[in-house]
Amino acid sequence: MPLHEWPKRNDGQENDLEHRVGYPFGFMDEGAKKEIRRAILKAVAIPGYQVPYGSREMPIARGWGTGGLQITLALIRPDDILKVIDQGCDGSVNAVNIKKFVAKVAGVTVTTDTATATIIQTRHRIPEERMTDQQILVLQVPYPEALREVEPSEMETRRMHAEADYSRMWLYLYEDIVRYGEITISYRYPVTVNGRYITDPSPIPRWDVPKLHMADTLFLFGAGREKRIYAIPPHTAVVPLEFEDHPFRTENFVGKSCARCGATDSFLDEVIDNIQGVRSFFCSDSGYCDKRRETCSR
Amino acid sequence: MITVEKLTKTFTLHILGEKKIEACRDVSFRVPPGGFLGLAGPSGAGKSTVLKCMYRTYLAGSGAIRYQSAAYGMVDLATLPDQAVIDIRHREMGYVSQFLKVIPRVSALDVVMEPILSRNGVTRDVARKRAVSLLERLRIPAHLLDAYPATFSGGEQQRVNIARAVSWKPRLLLLDEPTASLDQDSVGIVLDILKELRQEGTTMIGIFHDATLLQSVTDSVYHID
Amino acid sequence: MQPLIRIRGLTKRFGSGCDRCLDATGPEHDTNLCPHCGSVLACNDLSFDLFPGEALGVVGESGSGKSTLVRLLHFEWEASAGSMEVHRSASGAHQVAEMFPEDGDYSKNLLALSHFQKRQMRNALMGIVYQNPHLGLRMGVSSGGNIAERLLGAGWRNIAKMRGRASELLQKTEIPVERMDEPPANFSGGMQQRVQIAKALSNNPLILFLDEVTTGLDLSVQARVLDLIRNLRSEFNLSMLVVSHDLGVINLLCQRTMVMKAGHIVEDGLTDQILQDPQHRYTQLLVASQL
Repeated sequence: MPLHEWPKRNDGQENDLEHRVGYPFGFMDEGAKKEIRRAILKAVAIPGYQVPYGSREMPIARGWGTGGLQITLALIRPDDILKVIDQGCDGSVNAVNIKKFVAKVAGVTVTTDTATATIIQTRHRIPEERMTDQQILVLQVPYPEALREVEPSEMETRRMHAEADYSRMWLYLYEDIVRYGEITISYRYPVTVNGRYITDPSPIPRWDVPKLHMADTLFLFGAGREKRIYAIPPHTAVVPLEFEDHPFRTENFVGKSCARCGATDSFLDEVIDNIQGVRSFFCSDSGYCDKRRETCSR
Repeated sequence: MITVEKLTKTFTLHILGEKKIEACRDVSFRVPPGGFLGLAGPSGAGKSTVLKCMYRTYLAGSGAIRYQSAAYGMVDLATLPDQAVIDIRHREMGYVSQFLKVIPRVSALDVVMEPILSRNGVTRDVARKRAVSLLERLRIPAHLLDAYPATFSGGEQQRVNIARAVSWKPRLLLLDEPTASLDQDSVGIVLDILKELRQEGTTMIGIFHDATLLQSVTDSVYHID
Repeated sequence: MQPLIRIRGLTKRFGSGCDRCLDATGPEHDTNLCPHCGSVLACNDLSFDLFPGEALGVVGESGSGKSTLVRLLHFEWEASAGSMEVHRSASGAHQVAEMFPEDGDYSKNLLALSHFQKRQMRNALMGIVYQNPHLGLRMGVSSGGNIAERLLGAGWRNIAKMRGRASELLQKTEIPVERMDEPPANFSGGMQQRVQIAKALSNNPLILFLDEVTTGLDLSVQARVLDLIRNLRSEFNLSMLVVSHDLGVINLLCQRTMVMKAGHIVEDGLTDQILQDPQHRYTQLLVASQL
């Protein structure tokens, strides 16, 4: 339905109208949504470049996903289907809270099925099932600056990005290899986007980094506390920083499988039962795991 | 080969209230290719000055120093641009001073080898052999070849100095009291080496404090007073 | 022989400047501070050439502008005016071919390039060794890493090859290769200088800037560093700009020398001529003051 008819709908939600008094569709005012959409457009036009924006007050605290939330609220439409995951899990407290909030202020349908969602907001994981060109993945980002590890000054990192002066980041990786024999960065692994900007893909595990390369989906990254938005458009080259003789590797789950669904092709969380002393592995992507169990049990 | 025309040099000492000191005036002479000219005159007459003007250590006040360069043709050394002078010094013109300019941490052998390597383009082995034979001839003891000349006696240092200057066989060699600190035997050896160099075509201009030596070794003498 | 690098009218002014600055400062006035507007003319209309394979000395006292000159040529500071052009045949020039116009032997004015282009030029053509190793090295990073940083900046992406090159350079600068993974903070002053030299040479630069590199070092260490520089120069046919207030160092390393005072070049010529037959009042004073 068109946006202007939304307040007049009567599908049995009038008793909740009180809660919505004073808030427009999607909680944020139109000016805020407009600014954020323009920041998103700019981010899409310059893949991997961090676009500063005016990060708004949200009903959750900074550091709990306000950046991702603002992007979702700026883009969401009444007919969208929303999925929210936190470290792969639909049932995590924070994911559930965000999901309920967006559903309340935008009236959208929610789901745990990756395949049917149109917008997926995620913290620190990319879903196992490959997403399509009809879907958008919104990632929550704590630290948008990939170079912060080597340079504490914001002015200096901006200059480094502007001039593509990345030798210090490469030097950091060289020192890792010299000291430990390999690059020790596990999440927030730096990548080069579209052959130009070094970007922080957010704290996703190495396992998920290859999913960014030449994908069909639009990836949007929101850092609310740090007030930055960046994007990886579909069909963009995303190459992790690596050396010819020390290529990029993902986590190794050879010989292990999910204790719930038996998957050997997903990112596994390790769970240690302190009482029994048992070590088991479970799919981090709970939706994926559920689907597999469903298919198996049928 | 080289013609000096009315060479005049005056030093102006700004820091001593613009005091002027005339070092030489209207010096003129000619040296044919392969010739050996001696410069004679009392101390302070300007003999060293003339040599230094030719080597361009001093800037001539007026006059000309016409030199037939292999690389540049007929040039006036007094007015030649710095780059060309450096090139000529490197390829054609050598200078033997009274004292060795000591370079730290370079052995006597290396001091003599360096010019051969950089100018003649031969291998290290060839350069080494030539340097060793030259130093041996000048009676530098074998055990001193790898030592640093800073600790040598004056005579030894000067012999290394001469070896360094002749090892690469310059076309023109300027000698400023090369044998002043040497004993009689060493002087004889040096003169032999110079004679051989002359036979290979080197032109020379030299100052010798010993008048008899000067007369015996040079073709002609120019007096400066 | 054509100059490798041509510098024309190089000027660096700190402050707003006025139309009387250039005339009110200089060696005759014994100052580089303009009395009318308070600006400092650190470098005033400098013009000179650097030829291939030559070591050019720059001597002068504090405040002469010699260090400023190096900062300007190394693109660390923006020049107020002037041009710097490199000859087309310069080694490494092919890496930055777009800096050279179609005709003519010389590049565009390098001082007018963007920061990005300047950094490219700097990486391709220049190396620098500072008096204070803290300026030229990252003390918290391994020595091999310091050398690798320049290679990484030039696009090297193979660890083994970079370490190979670093070992080669450390050997050339007489640093034990086993210490390649130690940070220079652990090294003595002389060793730190040699790491700087290794780093400066890592990319086969066209020109090496040496800014008071032996000042403050012990004599024996100084001798070693100078000897190393001499050998490297003949081995790699490097062009060098040697800044020093020590006439002995200049005499040892350079065939040509420029004397600077109060932002001007007061005299230039063959090093032995400058030292034995100084023409300018200030040069005579300098030479007479030498120990």
